[in-house]
Amino acid sequence: MEKSTIIGRVFTPALPVVLGYLPIGFAYGVLAANAGLTLMQTMAMSVFVFAGSSQLIAVGMISQGINPISIVLTTLIVNLRHLLMSAALSPHMKEWKKIEIAGFCFELTDETFAVHSLRFRKGETSPRIAIPINVICQIAWLIGSLLGVLAGGGITDVKPFALDYALPAMFIALLLLQIQNRKQVWVALLGAALSLGLWAAGITQWNVILATVAAATLGAVLETRVKEAPLTEVKS
Amino acid sequence: MSDFNFFLMIGGMMLVTYLPRLLPAWLLQGRTIHPFLSAWLKYVPVAVLSALLLPSLLVADGKLNLAWDNLYLWAAIPAALVALKTRSMFATVLVGMAVVALTRLLFA
Repeated sequence: MEKSTIIGRVFTPALPVVLGYLPIGFAYGVLAANAGLTLMQTMAMSVFVFAGSSQLIAVGMISQGINPISIVLTTLIVNLRHLLMSAALSPHMKEWKKIEIAGFCFELTDETFAVHSLRFRKGETSPRIAIPINVICQIAWLIGSLLGVLAGGGITDVKPFALDYALPAMFIALLLLQIQNRKQVWVALLGAALSLGLWAAGITQWNVILATVAAATLGAVLETRVKEAPLTEVKS
Repeated sequence: MSDFNFFLMIGGMMLVTYLPRLLPAWLLQGRTIHPFLSAWLKYVPVAVLSALLLPSLLVADGKLNLAWDNLYLWAAIPAALVALKTRSMFATVLVGMAVVALTRLLFA
């Protein structure tokens, strides 16, 4: 690993997210153009909101003519899970200035969160590396969005290139890289099963948050009651 | 939608997205956290990622897809093996996408 250089420390962790954001941003841009959004509107959402899944949901709702208030409320519900992510990273940001936290958190997404939760645990908590990683990720999101708008109606199917699998593949990697002991395996199994079960039961907006709270509680109970050796060493 | 309404909507979306991202980190910074809460926060990453992953593999077009030919699920196996073997996100995403693209090319 080229940890010696700043470039390496910033680009290496950002690269997989960039790889995922380009195609997903592209898909968003295509859908936004098809929903009738202008280039400015499409890009404004990627600049000011920067939340992959809720942008895709919002575009879908706009094309169905759903009112803006419902769209904002849906965005709120979909993005409430970031409360948990922000709280989870907070112990590592003790030395940060408030302004650095404000900048960092603007670009705190599922994917950047997963990257930083790995890095922070290894002690790599410098805001001067963490913030540029996020900026690169958002730039990739903007480029993807822009290319999607420009491709516009020309492309209606992203499936031949498997662009639709970038996000699931990223979640697979992000999850497996987190797991280091048996308790985490139980937490992952409960979180996954509960999230899917709640979704199947019709709770399609709250399933992720409810499953996360329940599974993290299981982890905390196991952690404070049971002690065990780690499953494998952490590779850096 | 008029430009003004769209502008208001973006503003609203920005607010309800940014505040949940910002406030916990902002408010909890420098505080001593109860050991149970600190243990709980340690499990949030695994909990939230697993809660995001399984539906992303099994839900397609708003419907549960438990069929044996669910490509997303099959492609997860090589992707997971690569993730465990290489510990590389880049390689995992690349292999996952390649498996899906090739399968579609060969069997579509």
